[in-house]
Amino acid sequence: MTTFIITAIVVICLSMIAVIYRMVKGPSASDRVVALDSLGVSLISLIGLFSVLVETSFFLEIVLLLAILSFIGTVAFSKFIEKGDIIKRDNSR
Amino acid sequence: MTILANGLVIVFISVGVLFIVVTAIGLLRLPDLYTRAHAASKSATLGVMCVLIGVFFHFWLIEDHFNPRILLGILFLFITGPVGGHIMTRSSYIAGVKPWKGTVRDDLASEIEKMKKEQGIK
Repeated sequence: MTTFIITAIVVICLSMIAVIYRMVKGPSASDRVVALDSLGVSLISLIGLFSVLVETSFFLEIVLLLAILSFIGTVAFSKFIEKGDIIKRDNSR
Repeated sequence: MTILANGLVIVFISVGVLFIVVTAIGLLRLPDLYTRAHAASKSATLGVMCVLIGVFFHFWLIEDHFNPRILLGILFLFITGPVGGHIMTRSSYIAGVKPWKGTVRDDLASEIEKMKKEQGIK
């Protein structure tokens, strides 16, 4: 069981290296945002497998926290790419 | 019983790791942004959901510890993964990233032209 979990962690780390290559190389800024979102998802599954490996459930709050932070980061980057700023400042008042 | 539980955990984690590897291959090999975002959002969401279901079964069946936080995380990822992919793709289309030259049809272009004409932008 331990060997299987270590193998899964190594495979996920290799796929994360491939995603980091896309994040460094990516032709536009949107490619980098897509790669960053995929990197966050891989990191969540890596933390789940790591908590199985060390047989403690204290790391499992971090799964929820990273999911929320990754989603907020994706929305903020998307708004920045679309409009040029994150929080709209209107001068009507 | 332990062998059965281990088998269940190994099946779920294997399927999840396979889908994450598919995500990485798609991000490396596909030609433009829209196909890459499609590969990233759908298969990465399914992969991390399968891995977390495997972790949940490991803690529930082997260590006898029912952990509802993993179920909450799976539900949150199931909701926000496709929504995040859609937001990224739509914002990059509006910002002007060109599709691949082999793209067959583009339904969003006429809609965005109509929206710009109604709102008087440009």
